[in-house]
Amino acid sequence: MNLLNYTLRIADSSLISAQRLSEWCSKGPTLEEDIALSNISLDLFGQANGFLEYASEIDGSKSADDFAFKRNEREFYNLKITEQENGHFGDTIARLFFCSAFNFLFYTELSKSKDETLSALAAKSLKEVKYHLKHSKSWMIRLGDGTEESKLKIQESLNSIWQFTGEFFEMDKIDIEISDSGIGVNNTSLKEEWNKIVNDTLDQAKLTRPEDMYMQTGSKKGLHTECLGHLLSEMQYLPRAYPDAKW
Amino acid sequence: MKEQQFQEKIDLEKKIEPKDWMPVDYRKHLIRQISQHAHSEIIGMQPEGNWISRAPSLRAKMILLAKVQDEAGHGLYLYSACETLGISREELVEQLQDGKAKYSSIFNYPTLSWADMGAVGWLVDGAAIVNQVSLQRTSYGPYSRGMVKICKEESFHQRQGYEIMADMANGTPQQKEMAQDALNRFWWPSIMMFGPQDSDSPRTGNAMKWKIKRQFNDELRQKFIDQTVGQAEVIGLTIPDPDLKWNEEKGHYDFGEMDWDEFWSVVNGNGPCNIQRLEHHKKAHSDGKWVREAAKDYSKKQKSTETN
Ligand SMILES: [Fe+2]
Ligand SMILES: [Fe+2]
Repeated sequence: MNLLNYTLRIADSSLISAQRLSEWCSKGPTLEEDIALSNISLDLFGQANGFLEYASEIDGSKSADDFAFKRNEREFYNLKITEQENGHFGDTIARLFFCSAFNFLFYTELSKSKDETLSALAAKSLKEVKYHLKHSKSWMIRLGDGTEESKLKIQESLNSIWQFTGEFFEMDKIDIEISDSGIGVNNTSLKEEWNKIVNDTLDQAKLTRPEDMYMQTGSKKGLHTECLGHLLSEMQYLPRAYPDAKW
Repeated sequence: MKEQQFQEKIDLEKKIEPKDWMPVDYRKHLIRQISQHAHSEIIGMQPEGNWISRAPSLRAKMILLAKVQDEAGHGLYLYSACETLGISREELVEQLQDGKAKYSSIFNYPTLSWADMGAVGWLVDGAAIVNQVSLQRTSYGPYSRGMVKICKEESFHQRQGYEIMADMANGTPQQKEMAQDALNRFWWPSIMMFGPQDSDSPRTGNAMKWKIKRQFNDELRQKFIDQTVGQAEVIGLTIPDPDLKWNEEKGHYDFGEMDWDEFWSVVNGNGPCNIQRLEHHKKAHSDGKWVREAAKDYSKKQKSTETN
């Protein structure tokens, strides 16, 4: 049961990030960037699909699609940062950068998991996440060291999303148990490296690291911001409205 | 003299390349046609993009997103082909936003149900392929090579669309109703994608002589109808044309009169989504301005520190 929950946490963060990023399609600042964001979104949907398939295997009765389209808000375990609205391009990039830096470290560790499926899924995800990190980092630097306007904007994006970065490193009972058994990751241990990546990037981008503030929490218990309900009602509309239909 | 050599080359089925001499009107015609084609790929992202967030399964979502991304790639590719003729992408986008350049009218129709993702892939990409297969033999090298590359992806799109349509048509009664409704709405606009009847098409003359265009609108339209009727039958859907009938003698389907008043009114800006599609494009473009400027300034700074 705990392994199922643990797997859903990973899957849900990928799924909700992917859903958000896909909203950029046809709205990117350039055609090239439109394609890049769709690419990252596709990677994340693919990752979500892989972890949800595993969740389905552990669960034994629900399919990956059931998990994605037929759970309610309180049954989703994605990190709150992933469900935040896209905002402007800088807001999206700041979110993507923080998440990708974390995912990179997380999958590096998870690829050493004793659970073969999780380690294989992590190894595959890791390759993709490296590119996500590189891409979002390069935009952090370009926006931070671009124009006056872009510097101001991306700094504001950082400041407002910062409150959601505390969740990356939380450990609850399930995390501790799964990590102690050699299957999961000790999130707290990733913080130092994450700080390094962030500080180094902010230096290069000539941006200021936000002061630590009130940190959001709750997603491990299925407690979310108001954004998630709207996202789900749109994403789940068809399977919910036509429960007998196959698509 | 030059003009004669040019024509001889064309008659020998040799490709014209960017550095070759070409008549002013040949260049103009190509810029108009290729840019219109590129804009269609880009504006065409919107009606399908409209359903990405609501795609009903993970698989459907990934297929649709990848498809729309392909279209962006086609647009990019065609803009580059157009740039070989001495016009910049910025200028082309400006022409689109000013309304000076057109895009395919089919994208001025709304996508109202998930079945429309089937109809668009099956019919709209299907019609586009018939046209693009023919354009693989167009006389301008970069355009012709672009078409070869693009056609491969379009045939995936067409199959994926047909698959959605087939699943819906064989699904619950509500799904079947959505599928039929989508076919009803997209059938006539799709067959009008081939443009006016040749008897009313003023520009066909030189385009055929210069082999920019290789087949007449009516020929291509007929080919599309002939191949699509059977596909509709297989999945139990009815094409909304009471005059559609196999003509044994001609070896083709006869079909009903197209509504050219509607066609021209949509071309001239009065379709259900004309205003929205352009507004969407303009908004994305202006929202992204600060990002493009930042990237430009950053790369300027990098270059100046390199030279210092
Ligand atoms: Fe295309
Ligand atoms: Fe296509």
